[in-house]
Amino acid sequence: MSAMISRQVLQASAKRYGLLRFITAGSVDDGKSTLIGRLLFDSKGIFSDQLEAMSQTRYRHSMDDAIDLSLLTDGLEAEREQGITIDVAYRYFATPKRKFIIADTPGHEQYTRNMVTGASTADAVIILIDASKVKLNDNGRVTLLEQTKRHSVVAYLLQIAHVVVAINKMDLVNYDQTVYTHIVQAYQEFAQQVGLENIRAIPLSALTGDNVVASGDKMPWYQGPTLIEWLESLSVYDDCHDKPLRFPVQLVARHHGHEAHGFRGYMGRIEAGKVSKGDKLLVQPSGLNATVKDILMLDRSLESAAAGQSVTLLLEEHLDISRGDMFTAADHPARQLKTVTADVCWLSEEPLDPRRKYWLKHTTNQVAARVTTIHALLDVNTQQKHPVNTLQLNDIASVTLNMQRPLIADAYNMNRSTGSFILIDEITHQTVAAGMIRLNGSGVENAS
Amino acid sequence: MNTADKKHLIDAAGNHYLDWLESEAIHIMREVAAECSNPALLFSGGKDSVVLLRIAEKAFHPGKFPFPLVHIDTGHNFAEVIEFRDRRTAELGEHLIVRRVEESIKRGTVRLRNPETDSRNAAQAITLLETITEFQFDACIGGARRDEEKARAKERIFSFRDEFGQWNPRAQRPELWDLYNTRLHPGENMRVFPISNWTELDVWQYIAREKLALPSIYFAHERQVISRNGFLIPLTDLTQIQKNEVVETRIVRFRTVGDISCTCPVASDAATVEAIIAETAISRVTERGATRMDDQASEASMEHRKKAGYF
Repeated sequence: MSAMISRQVLQASAKRYGLLRFITAGSVDDGKSTLIGRLLFDSKGIFSDQLEAMSQTRYRHSMDDAIDLSLLTDGLEAEREQGITIDVAYRYFATPKRKFIIADTPGHEQYTRNMVTGASTADAVIILIDASKVKLNDNGRVTLLEQTKRHSVVAYLLQIAHVVVAINKMDLVNYDQTVYTHIVQAYQEFAQQVGLENIRAIPLSALTGDNVVASGDKMPWYQGPTLIEWLESLSVYDDCHDKPLRFPVQLVARHHGHEAHGFRGYMGRIEAGKVSKGDKLLVQPSGLNATVKDILMLDRSLESAAAGQSVTLLLEEHLDISRGDMFTAADHPARQLKTVTADVCWLSEEPLDPRRKYWLKHTTNQVAARVTTIHALLDVNTQQKHPVNTLQLNDIASVTLNMQRPLIADAYNMNRSTGSFILIDEITHQTVAAGMIRLNGSGVENAS
Repeated sequence: MNTADKKHLIDAAGNHYLDWLESEAIHIMREVAAECSNPALLFSGGKDSVVLLRIAEKAFHPGKFPFPLVHIDTGHNFAEVIEFRDRRTAELGEHLIVRRVEESIKRGTVRLRNPETDSRNAAQAITLLETITEFQFDACIGGARRDEEKARAKERIFSFRDEFGQWNPRAQRPELWDLYNTRLHPGENMRVFPISNWTELDVWQYIAREKLALPSIYFAHERQVISRNGFLIPLTDLTQIQKNEVVETRIVRFRTVGDISCTCPVASDAATVEAIIAETAISRVTERGATRMDDQASEASMEHRKKAGYF
């Protein structure tokens, strides 16, 4: 009973620490699914009927009696048949400190687009390295796998705030500190080249559980936090509150007939900064000035509202404002860009055709856009840049786009919401690319 | 559990995590209203769709909902839920469209071996697709959550369905940041899940915080049941009692509310939202695992139903 109560208290108090979204990235067979299974299992996020379903599953890979934790996360039939993970899956669990959302992203090269997807909303990334698979060269140096490099580059480009390298399968190398040290050394060197900072490394075994939730007694030489302790400790203090206001208009609500007497509200979510009654705002792109008369949330009138809140703004003035426009801080407006330099990750099997135009979706705006220049393709394995004429699935490149109408935007490293976009094929309607706006030579241009 | 713990658990007022989930859901609903030309909100009277209605109120107040409510009625529903569905719709003054699996059976588009007793749960998908065609809906907002089931864990928030209404997990559009691709060709449609990121516990905490009314069968009540394969089968007109089975009266509540033929209650004396939150926090069995016979048919039951047009 005491265990049950502790879980109640645990989940209840999670609210005080807020939410952490993280992704797991690793090569095939690095033990990613096992790690997630372990996190869920040890934090009691697995339910008894799921355990039962696992033991009945038709596709058992492991012949021993230990539960194959990876079966818990490999959800779809095709995946179980092939023993692989083909799509992003989302998992939820809580510890005494906070709630977590995991995006389980596959490591296969052809599914890199899914890692980009998972990374786009992640606060933290766990990069898995299989300690038993890493080859120690004669000179004592370690060669990292290509997938490890690819995942790290994606983490850098998508500006994931916190990175941990989980050196997994330590049980297969006798929990040897030397192996761990060599891998960490090689990774640190690589991370520096890529531009990743504040890397944390943790030796662990997802299979046995050492250093995942509890420390265990196999690696006394490691004094740092366990994986879960690290995840719990991360600050997700959202500095969005301190940034200048960004409020993309989602919907304009009009009621009660006559415009002059009627209700006209501008609905949207505050993506950065805060807004208070009486504030003088800038409306972009029109350049008009607006005064905040009221801030509504259902039937309540708020004195102020901040980043993350979905509200309705009422103005003193009667202005012509529509979806796609943005309210911004008058003293710190967003940039107005007719052409933009961006890093894009190509997500479609159909390559980029620079002769065609694509729909570009940015905040609540959609405009026609064309890629006018491909500056360089980034080889994520060597960090070398190459000139190319087109982009293929999983390519990451620096490009310039020309838009039919200007975007009201910020650099991606200043603001994820106003600095990101997707490209949509106007014929197939597929999402073909993810883009990050660069204004100051960061991203691909800066890599290596 | 001592009083302090309990208070902690229920006092979700300062819960920033719930605020975040709510704001995300409002944002999603407004995107649907802005970008889809003819959306609908699927309202069954169940707790998840009750949450959706609250989100819609917050998203569009003081205006009316920019979409009708739709219920696909299997004809095998709990009377309390149908009564609640109609009462709640009337309170809100919104428009409710009801389409019945019974009508599809009459048309011959739904075939069941035993129309009187077979579960109509899977057949709902056919009636739903017929309703989408009838009204030309391009987006149906639903209350499915990723924590419910392993196939749902792989769902997008804007889930693309082809002209046959089918879900193809390999052909889903990548979903980045909060930038949803809502573009469709004629005949294709979207299923949109604003509370994808909510767990069962989040839903109950939100119901407590917003003081939302629910159908009475969510709370502990006396009911005649039969114990079978670990489930408590509610005794209804459809129940076929097998040899050696005993009908007993138990104190139960429903964790999910679906078709009468495949939804089972759990033994519980939780008569208030607060008591349910306390039970949910310590539950060792998933919501669907405890209550849904349709998910037990095979390991990939939900995946197969989704591919056929189900939620």
